[in-house]
Formats: sequence, C-alpha cells, structure tokens
Amino acid sequence: MNFCGVLAIYRFEMSRTRRTLIQSIFAPVVTTSLYFIVFGAAIGSRIQEVDGVSYGAFIVPGLIMLNLLTNGISNGSFGIYFPKFVGTVYEILSAPVSTFEIVLGYAGAAASKALLLGFIILLTASLFIELRIAHPLIMMAFLILTAISFSLLGFILGIWADNFEKLSVVPTLVITPLVFLGGSFYSTDMLPSFWQTVSLFNPVLYLVSGLRWSFYETSDVNVWASLGSVLLFLLICFITVVWIFKTGYKLRS
Amino acid sequence: MPAEKTKSDLMNGLEKADTPLIVLGNGQHAKCAGFIAKTHGLRTAKLRVGEAVVFQQGKSHNAAPMNDVVEPVLKISNLCKIYSGGFHALKNVSLEIGKGEIVALLGPNGAGKTTLISTICGIVRPTSGKVTVAGYDIVNDYRKTRSLIGLVPQELTTDSFETVFNTVSFSRGLFGRRPDPAHIERVLTSLSLWDRRDSKIITLSGGMKRRVLIAKALSHEPSVLFLDEPTAGVDVSLRKDMWQIVRELRESGVTVILTTHYIEEAEEIADRVGVINHGEIVLIEDKKTLMRKLGQKQLMLDLIEPLHEIPASLADFALDLTVNGKRLIYTFDTHEQRADITAFLDGIKSADIAFRDLQTSQSSLEEIFVNLVEGSSRRPPEREVEP
Repeated sequence: MNFCGVLAIYRFEMSRTRRTLIQSIFAPVVTTSLYFIVFGAAIGSRIQEVDGVSYGAFIVPGLIMLNLLTNGISNGSFGIYFPKFVGTVYEILSAPVSTFEIVLGYAGAAASKALLLGFIILLTASLFIELRIAHPLIMMAFLILTAISFSLLGFILGIWADNFEKLSVVPTLVITPLVFLGGSFYSTDMLPSFWQTVSLFNPVLYLVSGLRWSFYETSDVNVWASLGSVLLFLLICFITVVWIFKTGYKLRS
Repeated sequence: MPAEKTKSDLMNGLEKADTPLIVLGNGQHAKCAGFIAKTHGLRTAKLRVGEAVVFQQGKSHNAAPMNDVVEPVLKISNLCKIYSGGFHALKNVSLEIGKGEIVALLGPNGAGKTTLISTICGIVRPTSGKVTVAGYDIVNDYRKTRSLIGLVPQELTTDSFETVFNTVSFSRGLFGRRPDPAHIERVLTSLSLWDRRDSKIITLSGGMKRRVLIAKALSHEPSVLFLDEPTAGVDVSLRKDMWQIVRELRESGVTVILTTHYIEEAEEIADRVGVINHGEIVLIEDKKTLMRKLGQKQLMLDLIEPLHEIPASLADFALDLTVNGKRLIYTFDTHEQRADITAFLDGIKSADIAFRDLQTSQSSLEEIFVNLVEGSSRRPPEREVEP
C-alpha cells in the first residue's frame, strides 16, 4: 500500500480547500443561514410542528444532506476533473498508486470536506434552533456513508465529464431537485398519496429520512431501509469506480 | 535463493577453499560471468541483478571485468499499441537501454514517440508485448517500475496555484517516498529554482515551469528519466542549460531517454540515437557509429577551369557540378565507398582536371535522420565543413 501516495493526494486536495475557503466553506454557511432565516423563521413561524418537531429543527437534517450531497459531488468531481483538464493527471496515472489508493486520496478528501461542511452547518443550525440528536452514532454513520458515496459519485462524474458544463449538470439539475423533492423541507405525509408513492422512488428521501430519524426518531421510511439504501449506493459507486480504472475509461488510452 | 544467503554461503566456501571465485548477476552479467570464469579459471554463481561482485582470495573487489557490460535497465520486446480507433501507434518495438545511457528518440510528429514513453510509464496500456524496467514487468510489477521512472511531459502541465516547493513535494509523496525537504532543496537548487520555492507556478516563466516539471520528475530519485521533448519552445540559452542538466543527471547515474525534434539536441547530448517512424524503430545506434555508418561525406574540388559536363571517365562516381561548373562535388557513403576516393582522384588526374583547393564535409545527424525517415537518398543541401 502506497500510504505516502494516498496522503499526498489527500493533502493536496485539502490544501486546495484552504486556498478557496470563501468558496468552499463560507458560501455554503451563508446560504444555509439564509435557508434558516427564510424557511425557519419566516415560513416556520406559520407552521407549528411537523411530526412533533418544530419546523426550524425539522429542516436541519435536510439542509445538512443538501450540503453534504452537493459538496461531496462538487469536490469529488472537481478533484479529478481539474487534473484532467490541465493535464497534470499524467502524474497520477504514471505514479505507483493503485486504483483503490487514488480513490482513497481523492474521494477521501472530498468526503472529509463534505463532512466538515456538514458539521459546520450543524453548528450554524444550533445558533438558530435548539438541537437534539437522539442517535449520534447513527447520525455519524449516515453522514459518513453519504459523504463517501456522493464523493465517489462526484469522482465518477469528474472522470466522465469532458467540459465544465457536464461537471455542473448533475449537482444542479439532478441532485438539488432530488433533495428539494426528497422531504428535506416537508414530511411526505403532507403530500397526496400518489405523490407519497412517487417520492419513494427518490433515493434522497431515504437519506434525509434516515438522518432525520437519528435526530428526532421520526422518519418517512424505515431507518434500516435508509441505511441499506445508502450502503447499496456506496457499493454501486465503488464498483463503477473499479470498472473505470480497470477499463481505463476516459483516463488511459 | 535469497541473495544474502548466497553471499554468505559463498564467503564461507571461500574461507575453506581459498579458491578464486567470481559472483555475478543474471542476464548479460551471467553470460559474461561464464566467459570470464572460463578465461580466468574462476568459479561462478548467481546473485540478483545488479549484485555483481568479484571475490578473489577471500576478498571482494570491484567487478572490473564487467565494465564493458551494461545491464539493460529498460527492455522493450515486441511492443504494440493499437488505439481503439484502429490506429497502429507502435508496431513490434523492441529496444534495450543500458544503465546510465542517454538515448535520444527522434521522429516526426505522430511517429509514436510519446505513445512509447506513455506506455512505459503506465499512462497508455500496451496492446501486446513486454516492457521491463530493471528486470521488473511494467504491468505485473507496476509499483516497482513506476517508482523507478520519472517523466517530464511534453506539455507544460502544472498546478498553477500551487507553490514550487509544494508541488515538487507532492510528486515525491505520490511516488511513495517519505517527505525529505533536504532532497527537495537539492533538486530545486540544482535547477536554479530554490529562490522561487514559495512562488506560485502561475507566476513563473515558461522555462522555469519546464524546470519545475523536471524537479517533479526527480523528486522521488528515479533511476530512469523520460524527457518528452524537453526543449520544445525553449530558447537557445535555456536549451543549453537543459542539456547541462541532462549531462549532470547522467553523471549521477540516471538513465535518460528523451524524445526530440531537434537533431542538434540528440547530436549534442545523446550516447545513442533511435529513429522512430510510423510506430516502428527504424534504427537505434550509437551516435558516433550511426554518423560513421550512415553519414555521407562529400569531397569538393574547386576547379581552376570550369567544366561544362562531367567527363565520361568519371560517370561511375556520384558527382555534381555547381558554381557554374567551377565546383565538382563527389558524394560517398563513408562505410561503403571510402576506398573509391583514390579511384576518384586518379580519375580526376586521368581526365586532366586541375583544381586549386579541396575540402570534405560530413553529414549532420539531421541529414541522416531525414534520409532515414523519408527513405530517400537525396543529397543533403547543407553540410558542415570538416577542418
């Protein structure tokens, strides 16, 4: 195992975050604060409780997931896409590092950044509402598994994309709508039964619901179904990444 | 059998037998061992590649008889690369490069130079064939081979917003080496980059960026360095600096394989020159031998009286009349027709042609290259005049 290689990639990616603190950390925090002000204070003041939880507190898991997903994908995709774009990927491909080690370095850094941001959002939320976390370990499991899964998805996206437009299309046009329609700001019980059924086909619903359960023990779907779905997604992403490196898809001629 | 055990056993045997013994490695070393042993009445045994030691009367000596034998650090056998679109980029390329050599690969655009380098470095996957670096296979032992190789790409691809020191340190880590700021300092100092260690790469000139790429390639102390057109787009002064760097690398034991369009570059620094065209190695030869074998010479006579046509008695010689018939040029291959100079001069005398001066010139490597690539035998337009 080339630990030095993994550490080099990881440090390199993390140092990029340090160079872009405003974009990486402050911007999501400001955006999330706005969500709390608009949804939590303005709209939340007209909604008493959802599933026995104040509306401001209800939307916290959804907001964390929104940031975790979009940032996991953005960091994971940009980390590998940028070396491809500027040509420095030659160094990664000619280095004595295995597929697993490359993924560990890039997706590990992307997941770390997403997790860090998730915790910052959690802290920011605690400034607006009173938080309680019923199952911290389950919460950690959800956060870590989701961060890793979506960082891997970002990595796949970064390899697939051959321009910046493709790079942004999935976070903007796929993930954000799925998060908004995945019960981040409402309970599916509030929907007509037809749309409740449709929502069950939204994979993000399982993530938000599972994370919300770890906070308030209330969920739209069974927590184990949520955990199973995130594990399944992680497995699919990992197999895809292994396939990419085995075939050299868009990396090696 | 582990090498250490073998050595130990041999040493014990020596103490008992007090017999002169030679211990050599595999491959070429082993073949040489047999020959030397036979001629010197010594016994032989095998160790790992590179562990060539001569024991005599119980003492170890340098392997002096081995000096002429160079273990190939890079061995390419029947390497083929066909891209998915069907383009046959490499066709049965076979090549051996010895430790400490500087080999220049010449070839026109699209000849397969970069594909060859990229395949050895692991960036491009070979379709068939085998490549070993220091005896290790590039596919099965990729960790070992890649850690032995440094690559300086053709394009100036750098992390623009990273500092010089950090990007070079990153490369060292990526290749599995622990941080060694002292080594990074040595590399940067040798490339005149130490003063710019904290500068972002985006602020550097093109020449400096090129040197940063070399520093990155040297950061993990490779024993084989590939330079893919290292002086493309570089001014003359910097080009000469690069050549000096390459020479210094060779002195430190690094094997250098460079691709270039500049014949002058190959002529200046290479030990051997390979010519690649349409994915095939047209030729690989010691530079001096190549020039001797394939180089053409010209003998130029400045005539006292101009000639209107070449006399029939000299029709067998490849002659040209220039300068309004005042200069007669005889072109000949150095390896084939040197003996004919006498016949030519005899012919000149018989034809009663008087001349006031004569001079000879030798083909440059560029002319040899052009002839090889184009497969033509047309005579070169310019020649260097020999003193």
